[in-house]
Amino acid sequence: MKYAYYPGCSLEKTQRGYDESVREVFKALDQELIEIDDWNCCGATMYMSVKETVSLAVSARNLALAERMGLDILAPCSSCFTTLSKTNRILNQIPEMHRDVNEALAEGGLSYSGKVRVRHPLDILMNDIGLETVRAKFKRNLNGLKIAPYYGCQIVRPDKTFDDRENPMLLDRLFRACGGEPVYFPMKVRCCGGMLMTTFEETALKLNKELLECAMDNGADVMVTTCPLCHFNLEAYQGKINNFYKTKFNVPVMYFTQLLGIALGLPAKGLGLDSSFIPLGEKINSLAEAHYA
Amino acid sequence: MEHATHQLPGLMTRTEADLRQIFLRQVEAIPAGERIKRCIQCGTCTGSCPVSYAMDISPRQLIALFRAGELETVMKSRSIWICASCYACTTRCPSGIKITDVIYALKRTVMEKGYESKAPQVQVLARLFVDNLMSYGRLHEGTLIRKYYMKTGIFKLFGFVPLVIKMFETKRLALFPKKIKEHKSLSRIIKKAQEIEMRHVPEKLEYSPEFVGYRGLGEMKLESRKGE
Repeated sequence: MKYAYYPGCSLEKTQRGYDESVREVFKALDQELIEIDDWNCCGATMYMSVKETVSLAVSARNLALAERMGLDILAPCSSCFTTLSKTNRILNQIPEMHRDVNEALAEGGLSYSGKVRVRHPLDILMNDIGLETVRAKFKRNLNGLKIAPYYGCQIVRPDKTFDDRENPMLLDRLFRACGGEPVYFPMKVRCCGGMLMTTFEETALKLNKELLECAMDNGADVMVTTCPLCHFNLEAYQGKINNFYKTKFNVPVMYFTQLLGIALGLPAKGLGLDSSFIPLGEKINSLAEAHYA
Repeated sequence: MEHATHQLPGLMTRTEADLRQIFLRQVEAIPAGERIKRCIQCGTCTGSCPVSYAMDISPRQLIALFRAGELETVMKSRSIWICASCYACTTRCPSGIKITDVIYALKRTVMEKGYESKAPQVQVLARLFVDNLMSYGRLHEGTLIRKYYMKTGIFKLFGFVPLVIKMFETKRLALFPKKIKEHKSLSRIIKKAQEIEMRHVPEKLEYSPEFVGYRGLGEMKLESRKGE
């Protein structure tokens, strides 16, 4: 299948590990990703707080561009995924809003019918390609690596998308299939605070401390995420959490596509593993490097 | 908690009436927004919220205050700005109320009326985010964070030095913002959308006691739209 790839602002540079690994994994699974030419920021959660029609129009420009390509959108960033899906839903449910947004889009020579579907890579992997097909391509067994599958809040909510809203299982199933051991992780959909790390730092530090604590207490070797913001909060701020709470967390955080890439036997170099701040640890490094041997 | 004083039960101040109109217009734009009428005050939203412990008014109280004609109190709370939009409340609400979207509507009402909030930093961030998007078409995180701390506390910026170095070392630092190619066309779209948005704002709010009173809720059509 072909998809209109929407990397989103953070995947462009700051979270290149996600971008690179998504591209590599999809290539390995014979899926074609064509980046949407000249896409713009989806508006994330911030824009909605200011003006509604404007935020919908900004986000709809991307949907219109994908429609022109005749493809469905693949959006790995949870926030982009939710924002684009939400725009889609509002435009489809409220005709007046659809009309207004199209009027604005027309200024840029675009229009949008409302038919493009917004998809998350996890959804495509598990529901379209299917676990059996993916399993057939596994080259490396994760050898009981203990994984805390952290879904975050945006991909399974607000509306039922492609997995359960309270207890999603797709990541668990995916990594169990490649020999990993997903640990009991009841905080799998608990919020990381997102932008609160900037505006209400103490609150966000507490949320992330609780997540790390939950993963550690349940014996995880690694936390696996699907969202650039969760990744940044959990990884880049781990030092700050340690200072603030006098803890000693040293938990590697990976994108699910990075770990999946390892299982698929893809070269570590293309998966952006070198972009991690926290050392991945012996277990993961030996798995990742094993293909060179 | 402050309470607006009313002379008589059932009557509300002019400010409250205006706020109510703006807010109800915002709520109407939410698919299934009218479900706000169905709140049973069970508190599931507050219990599900990971940050309600840090709020001055809980999500359940937000709706109670709105119904009691105390929107002005809500406008001045810090609660609505702590909401990180994780949708835990929306998912669990037994009455199907889109609480997260209601909170977005409250945020927009505050921004529209220009209230001074107890958490001005969020408004600063939201405005800078919008400026950033308008200038480049894509978000440049470095510029956003730099400008934000320059406005809210420049000393914190120094704390970012180690992080910036790490990002540089791991090739994750984009030094300069990049404009999208069709930047002009995006600006035109935004400008037009702003015009359209203004079209829906009546120049002078009409004061009709029937609409703005407690009956104001009754003016909203129940379940008139398809929502899931």
